[in-house]
Amino acid sequence: MYTVPKLEDYSAESLDRAANELRKALESEAHDVNTAAQFKEFRDRWWSRKSGIKAQINKVWLGNAPLDQKPKVGFWLNLLAMEIEEKLEETQGAVAVYESALTLAAKEDWTGVISRPLADRLDISLPGIQRPIGVKHPVLRVMDEIVAVFKAMGYSVGEGPEVETDYYNFESLNFPPNHPARDTQDTLFIAGQESKPARDRLLLRTHTSPVQIRTMEQQPPPVRIVIPGKVHRNDPLDATHSPVFHQVEGLAVDTNITFCDLKGTLDHAMKALFGSSVKTRFYPSFFPFTEPSADMQVSCIFCGGKGCRKCKFSGWIELLGCGMVDPNVFDFVKQNGYDSSKISGFAFGMGVERIAILKYEVEEIQLFYEGDVRFLEQFA
Amino acid sequence: MRILPTWLREFVKVAADDRQLAEDLTSAGIAVESVQEENGATIYEMDLTTNRVDAMNHYGVAREASAIYDVDLKPVEPKLPKPKVRRIAPPNISGPIGMTSLTEQMEAAAATLDTDAFPIVIEDAQGCARYTARIVRNVKIGPSPQPVASRLELLGSRPINNAADATNYALNELGHPTHAFDLDLLEGGTIIVRRAREGEVLKTLDGVDRKLSTGDLVIADEKKPVALAGVMGGFDSMITERTKNVLIESAWFDPATVRSMAKRHLMHTDASHRFERGADWGITPLACDRVAELILASAGDELHGGQIDTVARRAERASIALHRSEVNRILGIDFDEDEIQRILGRLGFGVTRNAEGDFRVQVPTWRLDVEREVDLLEELARIHGYNQFPNTLPAFTGAVVTLPDEPKNAKVRETMLALGYDEAISITFISEQEAKAFGGGEPLAIANPLSEEAGYLRTSLIPGLLDMVGYNLNRGNANVRLFEAGEVFEKLGDGSIEDERRHLGFVATGDAIAKSVHSLAQPHTFFHMKGDVEELLAAFEYQKLHFDDQTPPYFHPGRSARALMDGGTVACFGQLHPDVAAARKFRQEIYIAELMLDRLYRHSLCEPRYQRISKFPTVERDFSFIFDEALTFERIRSAVEELRLAELQQFVPAEIFRGEKVGPGKYSVLLHTEFQSNERTLRDDEVAQWSAQIVAKLESLGGVLRAQ
Ligand SMILES: [Zn+2]
Repeated sequence: MYTVPKLEDYSAESLDRAANELRKALESEAHDVNTAAQFKEFRDRWWSRKSGIKAQINKVWLGNAPLDQKPKVGFWLNLLAMEIEEKLEETQGAVAVYESALTLAAKEDWTGVISRPLADRLDISLPGIQRPIGVKHPVLRVMDEIVAVFKAMGYSVGEGPEVETDYYNFESLNFPPNHPARDTQDTLFIAGQESKPARDRLLLRTHTSPVQIRTMEQQPPPVRIVIPGKVHRNDPLDATHSPVFHQVEGLAVDTNITFCDLKGTLDHAMKALFGSSVKTRFYPSFFPFTEPSADMQVSCIFCGGKGCRKCKFSGWIELLGCGMVDPNVFDFVKQNGYDSSKISGFAFGMGVERIAILKYEVEEIQLFYEGDVRFLEQFA
Repeated sequence: MRILPTWLREFVKVAADDRQLAEDLTSAGIAVESVQEENGATIYEMDLTTNRVDAMNHYGVAREASAIYDVDLKPVEPKLPKPKVRRIAPPNISGPIGMTSLTEQMEAAAATLDTDAFPIVIEDAQGCARYTARIVRNVKIGPSPQPVASRLELLGSRPINNAADATNYALNELGHPTHAFDLDLLEGGTIIVRRAREGEVLKTLDGVDRKLSTGDLVIADEKKPVALAGVMGGFDSMITERTKNVLIESAWFDPATVRSMAKRHLMHTDASHRFERGADWGITPLACDRVAELILASAGDELHGGQIDTVARRAERASIALHRSEVNRILGIDFDEDEIQRILGRLGFGVTRNAEGDFRVQVPTWRLDVEREVDLLEELARIHGYNQFPNTLPAFTGAVVTLPDEPKNAKVRETMLALGYDEAISITFISEQEAKAFGGGEPLAIANPLSEEAGYLRTSLIPGLLDMVGYNLNRGNANVRLFEAGEVFEKLGDGSIEDERRHLGFVATGDAIAKSVHSLAQPHTFFHMKGDVEELLAAFEYQKLHFDDQTPPYFHPGRSARALMDGGTVACFGQLHPDVAAARKFRQEIYIAELMLDRLYRHSLCEPRYQRISKFPTVERDFSFIFDEALTFERIRSAVEELRLAELQQFVPAEIFRGEKVGPGKYSVLLHTEFQSNERTLRDDEVAQWSAQIVAKLESLGGVLRAQ
């Protein structure tokens, strides 16, 4: 039980300490007050004119203060008294609520539980007040999922510009000038580049593969990167084409990378993305910057391989292109430690929209770029 | 391209049925896209990669099957009658032309040439490495025999006449484009392969007059061009019903030369398609004989002279060393020597084993895609079967590195989502007009744009967001909050470099708080936008954040602001200019914001810092002032800040009124302050003194104190 101590001295520290002890006692005693009877006792103990704590601090603290300190101490005691009074009022309010609840409880014949007043009862079946949260774009959401899988396998994220030079987009990826493979890329070119050497001419990157070379220029082997990014092609927007789309590219280079590692890595990643029952298979393919090259298919994630509309009844879905990095590509970064007789690597790339379309059964690719909130908000 | 399994089975004995064969070919990289039945015949629709031009014919696919199943490939051996020659009696030189016996064959051919009768001159050895020809006389041009015609029909081509169909049939069988001329329409009794002369004109088979230039390679007689080499024959020398004598051309043209011609004349033909990708230099005699055989079988009477085979340069392939250690290093498994020999041998490679157990591999003339050891590895892997390789995971010695902007991008995105904006992606292109209206610098134009409205790379994210707002409003979605983080582009310096910067754009229109049973709707306002901008900027470290009204002209001049962080512009936001809104037929207020993330990201993200919560009471004081309209809150705030009152914890405007009581050109503001110390309880006299300082400072700005 708190009693008013005598003050050793009247320094500011000493006064603060005394005030804090008093506040602590006040708080803890107020906390235990529930009923009207308890409140009366509490009020008398702190506020009684003759013997209450308020009267005692006036007598003990102000009474014993040195004469020149008396005005300061008096001002300070007034503030303390106000705090006590506030606490008394607050406690009285709480007691009133408690008492009325008790009364109600008695009336309604509820047992034990103290309920809120009936008058304050709400129709809890009304809808709640929602503060809307924005929704991630479905394509970027899928891209995040893919990137997360590779990050967990020790891949760092790489990035590069969307406007690229011919050198990075084609030449260093083993697309020689005038090569027919360039025609398949439907490239959008930046105007006014005629005066530049061919390899410096600007274009909108048609794949995220240029970041392979950019990364290898910056960083000697070993390398493990995953590159999410936006690419452009000369395809007008319609139900099945878009001039803008997204890819996730991957590259691993080290002294020990084999074709079996390429297969194993992608098989593992697909199981992480689509579930452990998914199977992969690989077919020979052609990309100028990989040799051997492959297309990878996954067993249909919708029918489990039995055959359905989505896999065109084949049980398999083509998902990405990949291959062992072509030695010609390494030759472009040979000075940075990429000697193709000592190191090897694999690369892969996949279209994110394609996966999002499959996953969410979106009929038309253009829905991704129209910004219709009724569409976007379905992906919450 | 189509392949008939019955046709290719003429060359290989395969036990597998047509469906299984299709699957096995696909697994080896000779992709059969679909298997169909048509008029009782099975048809493969092929989807071959551009590098495998050698397999775009029946014999090429048969060769793959022979490697897959390890069965023999039957040679093609045209049977030709003894030629009639007027001056010299040549020996019969018909027979298979294979790689190994090529030189021999050519010598034999040279010895029997009736070159005086029909000399062939190759003036451009770069453009044409080889030109093989035969002459067939006294032909009867008419429809092809039924087996030939029906096969061509199944492949999707229309039979024309027996001579033209013979070249088409041989093309589908052997993959080599040939051409048949009406010999009597060639003037001067010679063929010259040369560059076209400037101004020469050739009417091609499609009836179009082609203006030629020196970049074009032509087949010419003594007087004029008669064919565009490797692309299309000439109209005036084509086979017709009146044709009596035929000259068969089977040549090898340079891929780059044909490609540039096809591009220049905007012509894409079966022939140019093959030559561009690299035809087989070694097959021209065989293809020539095969066409001759077909013509003679249906139309011919007389083979005139021997084969005329003119070689301007040789294009045999080099040999490649193949090391078993390299096979293991790249593919990850060991191949036994017999398997290597078997696979490559079946594919037509010449394989010799050396003492170390490694190989020297001679590449056949039809495999222009195989140049290096690694290309041979792919041959081994695909015939072995990609899915026969085990799946393994590589060990890794490197570390994971985080890009510097990764956490910042994540923070910005997470904040926008938390503020209730949906993430959007717009098309990167804008019109010239938009590029000029939205963006300070010079925009980058696209040389081959999708459309005129998409002629430039975006200079700002706002036009794309406004398009999306329009899309939503037109469909009755009145409440729209969208954001996009992406790149904007402009020219730098003299225009030779391009600058690509990351921006964040967002747009809000309609209700910030929707109407519900619990509350009224609250529309979006400038201050919602400002709050969102402040929320975004608060994540970054800075000394000073300042707002002014210097915004681009597409903003409402009185309801927009620019945010400067430590003196640098990082954002512009506010209401869209009513004229811009009207031009887009928007009937509600649109609020837009654009953050220059590249500049914002020069600031680091805030590290959270803990501050002890004061145990001492807060003292509150309110002041009511009247100010001139011109005096902004920013002036009031910074004036009070200048007092540097350490205990002043809060200084906010609590209420603002305007009206008769305040008087015109004035406003009244209730300023709320809170003082608090971490160390002690504040005294009345201190607070009174600080209050007096604040009052004096605000009075010096022209403020009139109404109440305190
Ligand atoms: Zn399925």
